[in-house]
Amino acid sequence: MAQLILNHLSKDFGTGTPAVSDVSLRVREGGFLALLGPSGCGKTTVLRMIAGFEQPTDGSIVLGERTLADGSGSLPPEKRNMAMVFQSYALWPHMTVAENVGYPLKVRGVTGSAWESRVRDALGVVRLADFATRRPADLSGGQRQRVALARCLVSSPDVVLLDEPLANLDRHLKAAMEETFREFHARSGATMIYVTHDQSEAMALATDIAVMSEGRLMQVASPEEIYARPQGRIVGGLIGQGDILDLALGDQRSRSVPWQAIEASLRQAAGPSRPLLVRPEHVVADPHGILFKVNSCVFEGERFSLSLRTAGGQGLKAYSGTAVPPGTLQPFVIRQGWLL
Amino acid sequence: MPKLFARGSSQPGWLLPVVVIAVFLLSGLPLARLLYAGMRFTLEGKTTGLFAEPATWAAIRNTLTTSVGGMVISVLLGAAFAFVVTLTDFRGKGFFSFAFVLPMMIPPQVTALAWVQMSGPASPLLKTLGIAPPLGSPQPLYSLGGIALLLGVQHAPLVFLALKGGLASLPRDSVEAARLAGASPLRVFRDIILPLAVPSLIAGAAIAFVSGVGNFGIPAILGIPASIFVLPTLIYSRLSSFGAGTFAEMAQLSMVIAMIAGLGLTVQQWVLKGRDYRIIGLSGKNAAFSLGPARILTEVTFCLVLLLVLVAPLAALIASSLVPAYGVPLNFQTMSLEAYREILFRQSVTATAFANSLFLAGTTACGLLSITVLTAYLLARRPGKLANIIAGLIEIPYALPGIVLAVAFILLLAAPLPLLNVSIYGTIWIILIAYFSSFFAVSLKPVASAFLQVDPSLEEAARLSGAGFLRRMRDILIPLVAPAAGASVVLVFLIACSELTVSALLWTAGTQTLGVAIFNLDDSGSSDLASALSVVVVVMVILLMLVLELLAKRLPKGVLPWRN
Repeated sequence: MAQLILNHLSKDFGTGTPAVSDVSLRVREGGFLALLGPSGCGKTTVLRMIAGFEQPTDGSIVLGERTLADGSGSLPPEKRNMAMVFQSYALWPHMTVAENVGYPLKVRGVTGSAWESRVRDALGVVRLADFATRRPADLSGGQRQRVALARCLVSSPDVVLLDEPLANLDRHLKAAMEETFREFHARSGATMIYVTHDQSEAMALATDIAVMSEGRLMQVASPEEIYARPQGRIVGGLIGQGDILDLALGDQRSRSVPWQAIEASLRQAAGPSRPLLVRPEHVVADPHGILFKVNSCVFEGERFSLSLRTAGGQGLKAYSGTAVPPGTLQPFVIRQGWLL
Repeated sequence: MPKLFARGSSQPGWLLPVVVIAVFLLSGLPLARLLYAGMRFTLEGKTTGLFAEPATWAAIRNTLTTSVGGMVISVLLGAAFAFVVTLTDFRGKGFFSFAFVLPMMIPPQVTALAWVQMSGPASPLLKTLGIAPPLGSPQPLYSLGGIALLLGVQHAPLVFLALKGGLASLPRDSVEAARLAGASPLRVFRDIILPLAVPSLIAGAAIAFVSGVGNFGIPAILGIPASIFVLPTLIYSRLSSFGAGTFAEMAQLSMVIAMIAGLGLTVQQWVLKGRDYRIIGLSGKNAAFSLGPARILTEVTFCLVLLLVLVAPLAALIASSLVPAYGVPLNFQTMSLEAYREILFRQSVTATAFANSLFLAGTTACGLLSITVLTAYLLARRPGKLANIIAGLIEIPYALPGIVLAVAFILLLAAPLPLLNVSIYGTIWIILIAYFSSFFAVSLKPVASAFLQVDPSLEEAARLSGAGFLRRMRDILIPLVAPAAGASVVLVFLIACSELTVSALLWTAGTQTLGVAIFNLDDSGSSDLASALSVVVVVMVILLMLVLELLAKRLPKGVLPWRN
């Protein structure tokens, strides 16, 4: 196993705008990288280039000592020793569960009792040992997902690719499958690349998150880092709850802006404005604060979510333990903000 | 760093060249040869001889008369059936659809023979019933009207299927909306359904016309005895009387057929212009009009029509296969299986025909499958301009009248093959190659639609599992398209087995097919043997159709020509 390096990777399908442009990143050995972004941002194309289904127009993909693809050509997927969980699971309907899981071994020439025991082990990990002789058509969505996962496990691949694997599952199954993925990652030690548009999935699973937008890589960092210190408007708007206020902040010593500075800029609205990311958990009701108008108040179960408006007409969100009637003017303090 | 790069796509490098060469040899080359011949003869001014003959013009006139007449009958029959079956609460739809489409799958020369046995002075059926006209009175079907009528019956299923397909996509809610707007059922039919059905009706009519232009079996059985020639039979009679020395005329006559067929399709395109109604809304359940008390009347009428166009001719065919000699009435004393014994066990001519047809049909069906699997895979995985050209080239020989294709292959293969210096003209191999060309499209369609239905990720998963092209073909793709591949084999076999038009021009002594044998037996006056052989062929056709019916559930939509 080895480090996976994407080097100035670009892909142009000839549609005018490149699907992926100049993406460079390193996935450390055994890492779990989530490729996060809205649909159409190029994340799936990156995944398919890593798998070898698409060829980069420019740039290269290197796994350890091996160049998998560069501008001159690429190693076919069947020679890459990778595995993938497809969004549609891609189980072969004419094979049993065991045959599906054991196919990568069969292609590699493993037969007989070695084949049987490795398939049994893989099915055991996903707790489907009793389903070996069933057909995929007889399984539920979650079970099919686990068969697909077992198929990845069985051949000890260098890299496991996951293409929105939870997109077709309901909420309860998602939570259970997230747990399975985490276990799977710990057990196999494979480098995993996980494509998703769901940031909570990415946060919960990955050791690193790469945010993409319109074919470009915006930021790569750990989930905590990317939540606390997003780079730029796009990542700030994409990751976590939060609103971007345009405030005349002037020069700040650090990008983490304290309430005093925010208050000052809210009270005097002159000067060039700079974008400030404000998380709702940092907006709290406080008699010493500034008056915001409550636009709406929505009950969300564990708390109320307030939609506020500043005197300057900018919107932001806050949480509240009690209901506040819409139209009320109430003082709030913004404990901190992050300069994008 | 190890580098073992290929300009990697999912297809191996040899796939495209193999498919392109196969399509070029089976489609491009014969078509180009035909075009070249037609052009050269025209340019060199050899046209005058042929087009100065009144017989040529008579044949052109007859072709137009019978095809247009046949088209009108097809449209009337097919449209009535399609409207009733798709729009009303008529019972027994499945059975009636199957029975109504059956004439399409029965070889035309068999249809013609059956109708001749049903009518006319020597009909064993009429004789048995005691209502036969006196011997010596003319056979009414040996006429332009008779040819048109039978073309109409033979091709009515084409109109039926085209219209049924069109009506199936007619959403129920558009009919319901019209009803709520206050329209009576008749009004809805006139104002909503009919306008929306016109494009499929025109398409069906055009197919019926083109099929009529190219039909050989019906005018051969009905026209030749009365010296009524249409273009395909004119080509045939010229070839049989003057041999291969009439290449120039044959090429020109084929060009005329191709032009008339092309003209029909052009008119269709022109009429259809501006009539592209995209159906909006859910095309779920079909609209169902209640026929009320008229239902039983409609059902009885349809039974009578089926009785006339399907049951009675087949009964007459069976009856005449059971009488010992021409003109004898059929009863329990005269009934004999002698004709069957003769064709199955004694006559070497029919035995050879069986062997030839089974060999040709079997080899074509299985041999083509190996090409079509590769072609279908390529078309599914590499869509684009090149794929469209390949698909179009495959389609042309099938759409072309069989007689024209046969002429193209005669022109192409009459001279010895280059390098090998042997001629396959006059051997069974020329028929085989012409069959490969003619049925390529038939074989391709089921497999191609099956490949399009296979989720590409199934193959991608196999690639990541380490399986190379041939490996994943064997383990993943072929098992997934197996039902469609099976249907393709049976379908090609079914059509090739009783084929007449192509083999009529290409056969010589020893290479006759079943279609040719039926035609020759009838021509030489052995109508009992011809009938017996026809009955065997019809039984075979129905059995094979039933096999496909059993497969139907596992096939992609639209694979079976009589279902949609």
